[in-house]
Amino acid sequence: MIETLFGNLAIFVLSLLVGVEVISKIPSTLHTPMMSAANAIHGVVIAGAIVIASVANSPAGYVLTFTAGALAAANVFGGYVVTDRMLRMFTRPQPTAPTDVTQKDAS
Amino acid sequence: MSIVEFLAGILYLSAATLFVIGLHMMRAPSTARQGNLISAGGMTIAVLTTIVFAVIDSGGDWIGWAALIVGAALGATYGIVRARTVKMTAIPQLVSIFNAVGGGAAAAVAFADFVAHLSVTSLDLTMSIPIALDVAIGSITFSGSLIAAGKLQGIISGKPLTFPGARVINVIAAVIALGAGVLLLLVPPNLPLLLVVLVASLIFGVLMVLPIGGADAPVIVSLLNAFTGLAVAMAGFAIDNQALIIAGALVGAAGTILTLQMAKAMNRSVGAIILGGFGTGDAKTTSGAAS
Repeated sequence: MIETLFGNLAIFVLSLLVGVEVISKIPSTLHTPMMSAANAIHGVVIAGAIVIASVANSPAGYVLTFTAGALAAANVFGGYVVTDRMLRMFTRPQPTAPTDVTQKDAS
Repeated sequence: MSIVEFLAGILYLSAATLFVIGLHMMRAPSTARQGNLISAGGMTIAVLTTIVFAVIDSGGDWIGWAALIVGAALGATYGIVRARTVKMTAIPQLVSIFNAVGGGAAAAVAFADFVAHLSVTSLDLTMSIPIALDVAIGSITFSGSLIAAGKLQGIISGKPLTFPGARVINVIAAVIALGAGVLLLLVPPNLPLLLVVLVASLIFGVLMVLPIGGADAPVIVSLLNAFTGLAVAMAGFAIDNQALIIAGALVGAAGTILTLQMAKAMNRSVGAIILGGFGTGDAKTTSGAAS
């Protein structure tokens, strides 16, 4: 029991440190998409819903499984789709911008 | 460790790697969209691994799986339809709603785990502590994010809402949640006590966000996003699932840093926003000037 806890705690702390490092200094235009992307990642809680579905054995367990499944699925599917929609605005102008520059240079 | 557990561990590790690479690529606008897709790939691996492992490991009964499939289908449909049809200007409040449901899901997972262990005479602290924390944090983000979404949408007034005694009720709610949470660790598994934690935390979440000005709402959504990450990590401790611990901690830390950066970009401090929210009058004057 204590070895499992220690392993999980080590993973927890190291993941916290990675989380701090990976997000430092991002442009402010990306703040909202980044928040949305992080929001989609915590949709991994759907894995938790799957685990409790496999151990549910009472009416309360079934209701909670249904609730967790519905809420987590809305989080994970909606989160990724809406983040992608936001980021499409960033990627579209990208190919046109360099060509404009070269055209100006050519003329 | 069986070979199945080993394989599941390796797959979780690769999913976590994809989450980190995806978040890293989101730092630049040119690679951001690809980064999100890589993160979604990691999510697919994590979910498929969990399904296969759960079926092999415990099997479960058909009612549980049916409840999950029906619930997930409804939730996924709602999420995808809303994400595709929402107006661009209304995206922040939708993100807040997705954050709310994430927190609610984390609380439901811990609650279900607790219900499954009601028959034991004493619950190990390594389980009861994360369950209590998860239910508390998850409930706060659930109700708090819904209020923040209402403020961004304009359903709830963007002005800081306070009423006489709001701060006192908030402190009482916090004390009750904390007291019930601590008591929960000392007695045999007790469902009413966990319900008290749940309800007190829901009230706390509402009263925490109500006094915050509409201009500050995005920063609070980001903070609650970090909270949800921590709630998910606690759910991971409760059910001993590394994917939840890694992804939850990642979001918890990244969300906190992002909150600080967002507040800085707005020339506000997170402390002032929250403390202002608790009725020092600071949020009232500042957001009043902003609007």
